[in-house]
Amino acid sequence: MAINIILIILVTSFATYISRFLGALTSEKIGETSKIYKWFNCVAYSTLAALISRILIFPSGDLSDVHYSLRIIVILLSILIFYVTKRNLVYPTVLSAIILAGLNGFAV
Amino acid sequence: MINIEYFIKGALCSRKFDSPAIALGASFIAIGALLKNLGFTIQESIFSTVLTYALPGSLVMAESMLIGASLLNIFLAVWLVNSRLYPMTVSIMPLLKHESQPRWKYYLSCHFVAVSSWLILKGNYEEIEKKYRIDFWIGIGTATWLIAIFSTVLGYYAADFLNKDMIIGLTIVNPIYFMCAMIGVMKTIQLSSAIILGVILGPIFYFISPEWSVLIGGVTAGTLAYLIGEKYGN
Repeated sequence: MAINIILIILVTSFATYISRFLGALTSEKIGETSKIYKWFNCVAYSTLAALISRILIFPSGDLSDVHYSLRIIVILLSILIFYVTKRNLVYPTVLSAIILAGLNGFAV
Repeated sequence: MINIEYFIKGALCSRKFDSPAIALGASFIAIGALLKNLGFTIQESIFSTVLTYALPGSLVMAESMLIGASLLNIFLAVWLVNSRLYPMTVSIMPLLKHESQPRWKYYLSCHFVAVSSWLILKGNYEEIEKKYRIDFWIGIGTATWLIAIFSTVLGYYAADFLNKDMIIGLTIVNPIYFMCAMIGVMKTIQLSSAIILGVILGPIFYFISPEWSVLIGGVTAGTLAYLIGEKYGN
């Protein structure tokens, strides 16, 4: 098992580094003001947004044990807190953890 | 080699009150606990965060191990979920380029590309002289990477004291932080449409293919947003 875990870690990190390294290679020929740069920038933000919404809507691991209605309540509350606190990132983040842990404790 | 002044300046960005370091720390505490429950030793857990340093990739690795997936399957699943790092790297490296800087800095420091470090750089690079931006970036990357490693260790040892509700609380911190951060950067038509379309298309493509949803959803949404921005942005 021990050898397996090391091998799995190496495979995981290699699969991760490929995208970063190819990104560094590709960007060598790309200027900061070019159209292709703008496109990559849009794709970067979209992919991140897609990933975050996928994690929240179709979570895996521990988060998938939480009922979707609870997750939606926490998402909406966090956005509300974000705006109420004048776009502060700390309050919605910390409160989301406390609210979710609390609500989930009650729900189970 | 590396300009210390700018390196430290970059590293200190993680200390700001609303720095992504909070989200990063919380989620790697959860990862540390998860790896311990999976049967990793402390050395293996550290090794994993040091080498991978990408949260969704580590989660996919853990899940694949639980279902007993093959190495090839793990490779493909991790590659797909972490392929977002490709456009992310391309969208910051040109900002850091300077002809006086050696290439190895770029090839090594691309390892630091992750959501938190990426957001810190995007929010601060304009204040830094272009020649030293790569050193500034290496500072940001080193600090966030060390936070991730430290949090993994913390989570590993705290695993026995964390109940399930606490772990669930820790895992929501990361997506909520970055969701709010994303809302925060929606300042131009192009970026706003990129983010809104990504949020909608990611889950929609999930119905077609869970593994490819982020990549296909992201590329489609990004391309549409680019076109919208080019047409209506100015």
